[in-house]
Amino acid sequence: MYKYNDFDEGFVRTRVAQFRDQVARRIDGSLTEDEFKPLRLMNGLYLQLHAYMLRVAVPYGTLNSTQMDMLAHLAETYDKGYGHFTTRQNIQYNWPELGDVPDMLSDLADVGMHAIQTSGNTIRNVTADHFAGAAADEIADPRPVAELLRQWSTDHPEFQFLPRKFKIAITGSPNDRAVTKAHDIGLRMVMQNGAAGYEVIVGGGLGRTPMIGKVITDFLPQADLLPYVEAIVSVWNRLGRRDNKYKARIKITVHEHGIDEIRRLVDARFAEIRPSFSGIDQEILTAIAEQFAAPAFKIADTKGYEAARIANPAFRSWTDTNLTQHRADGYAIVSISIKKHGATPGDATADQMRVMANLARTYGHDELRISHEQNVILPHVHKSDLPKLYTALRAADLATANIGLASDIIACPGMDYCALATARSIPVAQEIAMRFDELKIEHDIGALKIKISGCINACGHHHVGHIGILGLDRAGVENYQITLGGDHTETAAVGERAGPGFSADDIVPAIERLVLGYMDLRNSADETFLDAYRRLGVAPFKAILYPQERANAA
Amino acid sequence: MARIFTPKVVTANRLMQGDAVWLTANGHWSDNIRDAEFITDEATADLRMMDADTQAHLIAGVYLADAVMGDNGPEPTHFREDFRTRGPSNYAHGKQVDKVENNV
Repeated sequence: MYKYNDFDEGFVRTRVAQFRDQVARRIDGSLTEDEFKPLRLMNGLYLQLHAYMLRVAVPYGTLNSTQMDMLAHLAETYDKGYGHFTTRQNIQYNWPELGDVPDMLSDLADVGMHAIQTSGNTIRNVTADHFAGAAADEIADPRPVAELLRQWSTDHPEFQFLPRKFKIAITGSPNDRAVTKAHDIGLRMVMQNGAAGYEVIVGGGLGRTPMIGKVITDFLPQADLLPYVEAIVSVWNRLGRRDNKYKARIKITVHEHGIDEIRRLVDARFAEIRPSFSGIDQEILTAIAEQFAAPAFKIADTKGYEAARIANPAFRSWTDTNLTQHRADGYAIVSISIKKHGATPGDATADQMRVMANLARTYGHDELRISHEQNVILPHVHKSDLPKLYTALRAADLATANIGLASDIIACPGMDYCALATARSIPVAQEIAMRFDELKIEHDIGALKIKISGCINACGHHHVGHIGILGLDRAGVENYQITLGGDHTETAAVGERAGPGFSADDIVPAIERLVLGYMDLRNSADETFLDAYRRLGVAPFKAILYPQERANAA
Repeated sequence: MARIFTPKVVTANRLMQGDAVWLTANGHWSDNIRDAEFITDEATADLRMMDADTQAHLIAGVYLADAVMGDNGPEPTHFREDFRTRGPSNYAHGKQVDKVENNV
């Protein structure tokens, strides 16, 4: 994986020193809060409901064991012993004190990490397929390009004061695990005449106006990617609505001007700036790519793994649920669930982080990933090591076999932490997970994406959940709306609102009723919730959710 | 027609720790909403907000929050403000465990 060079190191150290000085000046009164706020946000520091929150970047979700150990150190030293992994593949600390934040950033710099551009109206942390470099279905590893985009966008002088935040996601696989169609720019690697390039999607996004992105070009040669992305951001920077923050995102710009006009403007801007890209970006990309070379995969038999699967049903269940096919023979991709039933989705303790770091060091070629679904991935584990790895995960309470199931819920921090939230999301996620665990039907239900947001900003991606839950404030009371049929993959769709919201007491029974009803409606156990919804439409699911209305209408 | 003023308390986050605090009648910041000055008229609210603005070396993000007078002092009327008085619901963190009065 990418290692900071002298320039990166110097840049990040300088930023830490600048921020240390800014914090000191805020404390001694030289800076007002109004002056300080944009400076702290440029370094990922928010002021939330109960405390400050520091959002640390994990670029494209990739980190090594030393970096994970440092995240554990931060959790233990400056927080309350845990961290929260987010849908942008970052980690957030909920309880730092202002005076400690420069030290936290300095500690991060020691391991090549930072919190730059994790907030503010700028290009945010670039996200990528969490199975990048390992997935069997991959055309090529997207992380070198993600790193090139990170370097290009960091402190880019033209893009530090954009109309709003700007999010880019990239995948190298046809099966989209990076939610590319719900990003400001989504990049999907495609092959054309033997050459790799990108399908470029613009104007996707969730929030109060959810939109699926539109294809602006179906094949962009690799060498044109950086100037083309710059052209898109440049056009939006000029056209984007600065009069209304709710209409400032590029999805609104694309909607208001039309994709054809945006394409025309981007092509014109691209023609202007393309000559200024001398090719050095491609030289840098080549150098970056060398650092993402695949590890030296070992060759060993997998008889022990097969025997353990037969001997231990719990291990077999875990392997059935938490493993994904790897590109190398004998290897597997391991998804570690940070969604133990009843736990806070995405939270890991310092001890758990250290366990995962050690497992990556011992069995995983020193690589970890954070998924946008708030889990941790060991991308390269030989199957012969899986029984030992599973035993270690069990000991650390990290062996929950629920990846992709009903309790593998994305949940934003909600009103338990977030100053923007209008309702809580964590307790709802916890109760749903506990309910399905008590019923012991998760595996019978099969693949199901439940996603919860505590406000209209949709950090919990509820719009693209098969079942989405949106927490709102209705006359001073928490209320939860359900959306159905959302999809975050290559067949992306925004879910349809099912009807009136439910109270905090009624939302979990409603979800239970909905899922049990689906099990009655499906053709077979192989028909997923999403497939059944697409076959049947919303009506039978509404009837399940609102039986009283059906009775009243009869 | 004059606006109807609903009772308020002045609240903010402490500059160094970031935790929720409330302005008392003697101009100090308390960890406990029950110590807050219960403000029943707009003129006093405006005055107290100006007072608060002069204390930017102690607090950040000051605003007025709706409140009612309870048996032991002001109480929040909205669940958001209620959470701020006790901390998150998924862990016993925040004010629900930090009982020590620590006025700044």
